[in-house]
Amino acid sequence: MAEIIIKAEDICFSYESDHPTDNFPVLDHLNLEIEKGSFVAVLGYNGSGKSTLAKLLNLILTPTSGNLYLFGKKFDEETITEDEFFALRQRIGMVFQNPDNQLVATIVEEDVAFGPENLGVPPAEIRKRVDEALEIVGMKQFARHSPHQLSGGQKQRVAIAGIIALRPDVIIFDESTAMLDPRGRSDVLATIEKLNKEFGTTILHITHYMEEAIRADRVIVVDHGRVTLDGTPREVFSQVRTVKAAGLDVPQVTELMLEINDDGFDLPKDVLSYEEGANAIADYIRKKKAGKGS
Amino acid sequence: MNAAELRGVSYVYSEHTPFCKVAVDHIDITFEEKLVTGIIGHTGSGKSTVSQLLNGLLKPSEGVVEVDGKDIWAEPKKIKNVRFSVGLVFQYPEYQLFEETCYKDIAFGPKNMGLDEKEIDERVREAAEIVGLSEELFEKSPFDLSGGQKRRVAIAGIMAMRPKILILDEPAAGLDPRGRDEILTRIVRYREKTDSTVIMISHSMEDMAVYCDKILVMSDSKPYMYGTPSEVFGRAADLEAVGLTVPQVTKMMLALAEQGFDVRTDVYTVAQAKKEIERLLKQA
Repeated sequence: MAEIIIKAEDICFSYESDHPTDNFPVLDHLNLEIEKGSFVAVLGYNGSGKSTLAKLLNLILTPTSGNLYLFGKKFDEETITEDEFFALRQRIGMVFQNPDNQLVATIVEEDVAFGPENLGVPPAEIRKRVDEALEIVGMKQFARHSPHQLSGGQKQRVAIAGIIALRPDVIIFDESTAMLDPRGRSDVLATIEKLNKEFGTTILHITHYMEEAIRADRVIVVDHGRVTLDGTPREVFSQVRTVKAAGLDVPQVTELMLEINDDGFDLPKDVLSYEEGANAIADYIRKKKAGKGS
Repeated sequence: MNAAELRGVSYVYSEHTPFCKVAVDHIDITFEEKLVTGIIGHTGSGKSTVSQLLNGLLKPSEGVVEVDGKDIWAEPKKIKNVRFSVGLVFQYPEYQLFEETCYKDIAFGPKNMGLDEKEIDERVREAAEIVGLSEELFEKSPFDLSGGQKRRVAIAGIMAMRPKILILDEPAAGLDPRGRDEILTRIVRYREKTDSTVIMISHSMEDMAVYCDKILVMSDSKPYMYGTPSEVFGRAADLEAVGLTVPQVTKMMLALAEQGFDVRTDVYTVAQAKKEIERLLKQA
């Protein structure tokens, strides 16, 4: 088993509010372990607590109670030094939903350089990191463009480059594909997969798109501030009814297979992709025909 | 009868400058009355430009925009009236809320139309009911609501003007699956209740398949395809050629057809696919 780099133990969190009735826990004794190098999709309806979880892991928020272990060390708000705090934040990068809210500079490469510059990285090293980061996200040819001329997907890839330039171990994507068109989404997802597979970056990808979630190694479902389902995409989505009860979707083909099963046809229920679905149906028919022939 | 028509319409952004860009190029589009029409196309295909041309936010560089059989630019000074009859809900409309209370925010549009208090009140309540916003929230600040509720307030604000044509740009963007189904169902209900026309821009093929009567596909500043969902999704290869995809079950049917099975490939919902696959299984 790979090293656990993030561990949330019995985490609770409530937002402080003027209305005492609004003080309900957003996270309610949540437990979670993230392995190094894994690609985890986080699903949940709006208000389930998944973005709050992301903000806790990136230390934008601190838990009301419970323990958080980052890179094997317990996070303690009281004793942590400022340097340690910023070092941790640097290791866990976050990409947000709206591409227009994340770019600060007027030239793409300057935007990517913003993070390392703030860390006091030497200029030659910044140059190297910026070039590498833009290369990874496939935006090198736009290095001298102005961000506002880019499409949403391109902007989002620049935002990702800005995070990569900080060399984080973990990147959290908080619905980073939600505002993009299909092409932008698939480009961003390809970038996420590349970071995970080629560079070993640990990925937490919060999304409402099930077709993105099926590409992760592991899917967790957050419901009412707790992790209610946790497993491979196949394990999680085959529980069609539980997933739907949590206000989420399953891939169309998975749902189709379940319904056909309910009508008495013996087809696999853990199908995720359309190819698997087509093959399962084709096999079933061929077997039936062969059975009749003999 | 057509609800709206674009005839020979072009729109050029930043015309006569080095940044000049043709957004729509000599297009002819007809929006049929009393239908939910979906517009789909990748970024930059011209779909948002079409919606802004329809309610007179953009004036065509060339060609005629007709609503209800009338050229909307015949009397440019009266263009404001077009905006009352063609309501446009932008993407992420909740960012445009500004009033102190939800009630006032929804009432803003009808108030600007110069309606009397009683009429305004009636419309606010009706719109709130259609979007599923409880009256308890009327006196709350819209900024204290959840994202999904804010979106409803914003959409209700446009519905309260009772536009004959309601245009929505990505009304379900960023919502979770349950919130998405709920808002889209309510938009369809608005159309039925008010006997109006709805035009919806979306990136989601699956949503289009379920909620739209007709689909217009835009590509490269021009209409590329127009038809019922089954007509459009039946042409998967043509859609893929312009960077769009078909619903997952349609892909599965195509894969089966490729393997030599005699199946319909113009299905796009789980229910349709189930019927077709079970027919195939029973035959075997």
